[in-house]
Amino acid sequence: MSLINTVPESVITTKVDEVLNWTRKSSVWYMLFGLACCAIEMMQTGGPRSDLDRFGAVPRATPRVSDLIIVSGTLTLKMALRTKVLYEQMPDPKYAISMGSCANCGGLFQLAYSVCDGVDKVIPVDVYVPGCPPRPEALTEGLLKLQDKIQQERWLVRASDEGSAAA
Amino acid sequence: MEAAEIHRRLRDKLGNAVEPTLQDGDWPACEVRAAAVAEACRFLRDDPDLRFDCLSNLSAVDRKAADQIEVHYHLFSYAHRHQVVVKASSPRLDPVLPTVSNVWPIANWLEREAFDLMGVTFVNHPDLRRILMPEDWVGHPLRKDFVEPEEYHGISTRRESLLKI
Amino acid sequence: MSTAGIEIGLERETPAGLETEEMTLNMGPQHPSTHGVLRFVVKADGEVMRRAIPDIGYLHRSIEKISEKVGYHGFMPYTDRVDYVSAMQCNQGWAMACEKLASIEVPRRGEYCRVIACELGRIASHLISVGTTGMDIGAFTPFTHALRERERINNLLEELCGARLTFNYMRIGGCAWDIPPGFVKRASEFVEQFEPLIDEYNELISFNKIYVERLANVAIVPAEMAIAWNLVGPNLRGSGVKYDVRKDVPYSVYPELEFDVPVGTGERGTLGDSYDRYMVRMNEMKESCRILRQALGGIPEGPVIAKVPRTFKPPPGEVYVRVEASRGDMGWFVVSDGTAFPARTHIRTGSFSAMAIIEELSKGLMIADLVAVIASLDIVAPEVDR
Ligand code: SF4
Repeated sequence: MSLINTVPESVITTKVDEVLNWTRKSSVWYMLFGLACCAIEMMQTGGPRSDLDRFGAVPRATPRVSDLIIVSGTLTLKMALRTKVLYEQMPDPKYAISMGSCANCGGLFQLAYSVCDGVDKVIPVDVYVPGCPPRPEALTEGLLKLQDKIQQERWLVRASDEGSAAA
Repeated sequence: MEAAEIHRRLRDKLGNAVEPTLQDGDWPACEVRAAAVAEACRFLRDDPDLRFDCLSNLSAVDRKAADQIEVHYHLFSYAHRHQVVVKASSPRLDPVLPTVSNVWPIANWLEREAFDLMGVTFVNHPDLRRILMPEDWVGHPLRKDFVEPEEYHGISTRRESLLKI
Repeated sequence: MSTAGIEIGLERETPAGLETEEMTLNMGPQHPSTHGVLRFVVKADGEVMRRAIPDIGYLHRSIEKISEKVGYHGFMPYTDRVDYVSAMQCNQGWAMACEKLASIEVPRRGEYCRVIACELGRIASHLISVGTTGMDIGAFTPFTHALRERERINNLLEELCGARLTFNYMRIGGCAWDIPPGFVKRASEFVEQFEPLIDEYNELISFNKIYVERLANVAIVPAEMAIAWNLVGPNLRGSGVKYDVRKDVPYSVYPELEFDVPVGTGERGTLGDSYDRYMVRMNEMKESCRILRQALGGIPEGPVIAKVPRTFKPPPGEVYVRVEASRGDMGWFVVSDGTAFPARTHIRTGSFSAMAIIEELSKGLMIADLVAVIASLDIVAPEVDR
């Protein structure tokens, strides 16, 4: 939705939901949650070449101010319990991207005794980004997918619609 | 110094606690009786001609067929640039070795690792607890007969094959 | 202490001075400046640390056990994950251990490919290290500069093996792929352009007053202490010990190449302080450029990989092979029992010992310095935990 260019003069017509979602999706602050190899690619995604900043996504150090957790890397059992705590500390509405095969399903380390096969066993995941490691372009795509998802959410629903339009 | 010479000196010092033959290899190995490991290591470090000032590695190997846990100490001397391995074995059921963490400080963590993953107990170690696995983990994963637990704190360790969906 | 008549009862004067309570702080495992998932329990008295106790294992991925399940060839991709910041040298360590077990000779062209890949990897790793050192101390710009150069190396390595990070380039007996056409030219161009940038980088940050103040005279490791704690690589050389596996236990074609081993000199403070360790890395990048220039100029003709059977069954035996990885002397201890699967693999890495020494080093430092110390020791979590 391009609010700015559709009506070049001064009147902008839109829906409350869309404005809300537009503002939300344009400032997805993600928490730095680098766990393993994928974290290096996440760093490079935030770095000068891929520059995630242009989509309004900036890294945050603490869960309390972030909207998005990008779980990038292998989740060990020892870490899984902490991940849950960190996710619970994030304020609603919150989203999760699982980056890399390890976070998706255990990947290479399904054979391991100490690895949790998939972050979706501990927290709900919105977008899965495949790859080992996913390229920065792939993570960017994942973020754009998440933005699409945010854009479609409904906040102001009539009581009768509530059941069908749960976001 | 040649490995044979190191072995000879070690045998002179410790007598029968050291096996009479030197095991050949890229790093020659002296086999030492488990109880004498600490003494051997201290001697190897302190003797001015040997001066093994660095414990390069400490690995525990599960020899299931022989029913032994073997611990390898890879020693290296920066002063003389020579190397040797000290080997010791202990029964698999309850492997016990004296600690060398008072000889080389790095042994503290290496021994904790061997304890955690192989279940070797190091006597007189100042702080022998798990290092890599969580404190409440059961079993020693690098043993050959280790069985993975079904779940850990409610997180199941099994996953259905993704291809079935 | 009373200020304008208000009594503050938190502190009590004792004959020995001001008595305060010890505070226990938890740092990590999710903390942006701990380079991955490391955790410290800090016992602090105000800003001054009494002790920082490292707690590791949050990235323990059982790589050693997996080697017993996947066999010799199949383990190669896992070695990338032992140290993902510079995976090439881990590949080489594993390949060399297997080659030694089975007495396989690597063709010379293969060795040259390995050296080129490893040195590019070393530069990439040191770039991350110096970049994050800057970031941890509070300067964000150098980090973006370092990443910019790293991207170029990633492109080169991608040409070579198709991956940006987890290369899986080497095989037992050589390398998987030959050098692609035009690679030598592009790599040489990169080296020519990159070398002056090191000086630029030095001017931008290394000689910056604040930077020097933050690193010099912090966390001094004397040579004996470094050896006893088994510090390796740049950390050991930062303490003035001239030891480099490439020189002292020569392997591959390193003896044919000319390069120096930079050591710490205590130029801005005391020998063995954080600044020395940092500076050794800067100088090593220059040496890597030197090696690269020679290696790129002298690639011999021939195959890149020796003939190795598909079912690789080395004779029973034990080897302990050491390679000079970016974080120093990496030991690969492999036990073979004559089957297609190793009986035991143990990887002794540089970061493990660097992590162990922190408890000793941290006594009396400020909390903010802890971050600088971690950065200067160049600890990466997967190497500690494996
Ligand atoms: S998906 Fe691959 S690159 Fe990412 S953390 Fe797992 S092993 Fe590493």
